[in-house]
Amino acid sequence: MLRMASSFPEEVLEHVFSFIQSDTDRNAISMVCKSWYEIERWCRRRIFIGNCYAVSPRMVTGRFPEVRSIELKGKPHFADFNLVPDGWGGYVYPWISAMAKGYPWLEEIRLKRMVVTDESLELIAKSFKNFKVLVLSSCEGFSTDGLAAIAANCRNLRELDLRECDVDDLSGHWLSHFPDTYTSLVSLNISCLGSEVSISTLERLVGRCPNLRSLRLNRAVPIERLANLLRQAPQLAELGTGAYSAELRPDIFSNLAGALSGCKELKSLSGFWEAVPTYLPAVYSLCPGLTSLNLSYAAIQSPDLIKLLSQCPSLQRLWVLDYIEDVGLEALAASCTDLRELRVFPSDPFGAEPNVSLTELGLISVSAGCPKLHSVLYFCRQMSNAALTTIARNRPNFTCFRLCIIEPRTPDYLTLEPLDVGFGAIVEHCKDLRRLSVSGLLTDRAFEYIGTHAKKLEMLSLAFAGDSDLGLHHVLSGCENLKKLEIRDCPFGDKALLANAAKLETMRSLWMSSCMVSYGACKLLGRKMPRLNVEVIDERGPPDSRAESCPVEKLYIYRSISGPRFDMPDFVWTMDEDSALRLS
Amino acid sequence: MEGSKRREEVCPQLLDLISKDREWLRSSREKSRQGSCSDERKLELRLGLGPPGENWSSLKDNINCRERVAGVGDQDQSHLALGYGNRTTTPWAAGGGKTTSFLHQGKNNAEKNKAYSSAPTPAITAVPNTSSQKRTAPAPVVGWPPIRSFRKNLASTSSSKPATESENLVHNNKINTITGNKPVETCGKGLFVKINMDGVPIGRKVDLKAYDSYDKLSSAVDELFRGLLAAQRDSSAGRIQIKQEEERAITGLLDGSGEYTLVYEDNEGDKLLVGDVPWHMFVSTVKRLRVLKSSELSALSLVSGKQDQMRLDSSSK
Repeated sequence: MLRMASSFPEEVLEHVFSFIQSDTDRNAISMVCKSWYEIERWCRRRIFIGNCYAVSPRMVTGRFPEVRSIELKGKPHFADFNLVPDGWGGYVYPWISAMAKGYPWLEEIRLKRMVVTDESLELIAKSFKNFKVLVLSSCEGFSTDGLAAIAANCRNLRELDLRECDVDDLSGHWLSHFPDTYTSLVSLNISCLGSEVSISTLERLVGRCPNLRSLRLNRAVPIERLANLLRQAPQLAELGTGAYSAELRPDIFSNLAGALSGCKELKSLSGFWEAVPTYLPAVYSLCPGLTSLNLSYAAIQSPDLIKLLSQCPSLQRLWVLDYIEDVGLEALAASCTDLRELRVFPSDPFGAEPNVSLTELGLISVSAGCPKLHSVLYFCRQMSNAALTTIARNRPNFTCFRLCIIEPRTPDYLTLEPLDVGFGAIVEHCKDLRRLSVSGLLTDRAFEYIGTHAKKLEMLSLAFAGDSDLGLHHVLSGCENLKKLEIRDCPFGDKALLANAAKLETMRSLWMSSCMVSYGACKLLGRKMPRLNVEVIDERGPPDSRAESCPVEKLYIYRSISGPRFDMPDFVWTMDEDSALRLS
Repeated sequence: MEGSKRREEVCPQLLDLISKDREWLRSSREKSRQGSCSDERKLELRLGLGPPGENWSSLKDNINCRERVAGVGDQDQSHLALGYGNRTTTPWAAGGGKTTSFLHQGKNNAEKNKAYSSAPTPAITAVPNTSSQKRTAPAPVVGWPPIRSFRKNLASTSSSKPATESENLVHNNKINTITGNKPVETCGKGLFVKINMDGVPIGRKVDLKAYDSYDKLSSAVDELFRGLLAAQRDSSAGRIQIKQEEERAITGLLDGSGEYTLVYEDNEGDKLLVGDVPWHMFVSTVKRLRVLKSSELSALSLVSGKQDQMRLDSSSK
């Protein structure tokens, strides 16, 4: 192998490597020998960095000089649920400024959970000559002024996606900064914006971009204006509507239904804010071709959902509110047998009593009726071990199983036992499970099952579960492929963590909040494991003002080759050797 | 234990990090447990001898039991009781009928939550701090169920209502507020709104349910930004360092007498001066807060409180 490798000219190997897209394969190639490392680093075009603090921008630009596309992630996942204090970090600016110098030909930036300032956006706009794709997912810290800079300067921009961002929405005027000569837009997602955009500006933009395939509007776009927009872009494959409600007027309805039926290639629908059932039939003509439907903003009741879904035989992905109820899921299972992904969100997550009839039965129906189903996110209020076992037997092909029983520590409602056996069945049967979120009453035994069976598991979310260190120990010692572990409100403490310290270096990150890990253990871990960044997040003040044995509020541990970060706010402390000096 | 054996082989250096006895794998739970929990029962469970069926018949017993395991003593209980005192001032606790059970449930949650988040040592509860009160007081559990904030707001903004009780509550919220009725809160969660300050790149969030008056909000804003602002003023370096001596209190936020003025954007996108409408009305309409340089206020087209009042009145008719 080695001899053969060295007998090829570099150009040949480079060409061969160019066919290899997977990050792990590229990483493996670079480990073969020094010359492969060299060749590979010069021809790597895409990089993915799962934690922006795991490596420094300069290390990346230094090793991979020819990158065209970068994907970066910032804050921990639990930031989505308000568990990470504002100001924690995840700033993209240092990356943009390093890449502005190192990658003048950068084409794509994809960011998740990062703080993106207008300054960063302006720097992007003026630094990269051939910039094409900007995807900001759950990002914050920027305003529509920054977007205006992107619109005005990135002449080759194909994709601008602001999915689930928290944008400081100064005005809708930024959209008019796309020059009249600009025609390259392929995908635009402004669904997170609140302010009104000028519809006529939007219509002109949509009209002059012949390659536009995906358009996701915001709720400020009224339903009466949708038809005209669609007539500008009959080639659309994905549409996110604006507000989907109005007084029923036959002219609006027929105009919309006509425009929609003109979009022969539409496969994905979302939006539907404030949807009223009277306008739903306008999309019926599209149903046979629909593969993706996001109704999770639409408070549509079960009978109307059933009418819609029963016409969508090709549906592969459905996001919906729990108004669908068990009866709706039963209908879904009967008509949408190609379904791959299902998410059912709660319409009233904080209510004490169930407001809909959605139970474990709905999920059982879908697991029985949809043989290709592999990904589930399901919020409900009751579950049983028997149901979970049935679901696991029905669908051993699950790769993602996230079940949230809304009330913490809910036992099996039939037997009042913990749900250990049920989740045990899930991990035992679903050999390819990559992502798992558990809920309900669980003892350490559930984690024993998980450690024993979930060998491919990469991400695990735990809340209000377990009895002791043993639970965490089972997971850390058993789940060989675990990359991300996030835990809140579980009685896991020092022993399990310290005993598995080396495991942490094989993982991307560990989050623990409201657990029992002491400040002393955090310090020990930070000292002994120099390649781990051990960060204590405590809004009560410096942790050394309390006893060593005192549990820390929040703990975030991640591996890093660039050492402790320098942008910590005053409620984050890093546990390295120097920090002992700094604090004293 | 098969798992632990393998781990030791793979990573021998682990042993430095753990205090001599590895007994815990077998017995830590028995050791840490006091009170009436049956040791045998738990042990049985751990060894996988089968679910302790009948013993689980009461969830409540189980929870009580776990609380003792986690070391929650009487002291914590009394601390919690204080928390409830605060809670009763929040509007939703003041309703009738169903609310009682709601409150009860919230209390249960908080207790359960507390059981694991509080220290076994009393030290932690003795530290006076606002953030932990903030965490336990307004919400049963922050961040649970795990739903993005934009989904939480979804129910309250979706005007097309299925005729369920809870939705109607949300829907009527605004009208109730306007007509002077007690605002109806549908949930016990915190009400977090973003707040940004001129000259400070880092935004924060404030939980409006943690305050009950403009004065308290104003001192909270001072607390949030005083240090950041000082750091911003003196720093040319990237690292934020807070220098106590350069911090100045941010005052006069509400009456326009200070360097900064607090304004907010309401749910209709209008910018208004904070303090012009009754507190509860402010709380029910505010979408985000901003601390602006008073000198730059005139540049903003602010809707005055009076106008706003009229607008709301007419919209409620």
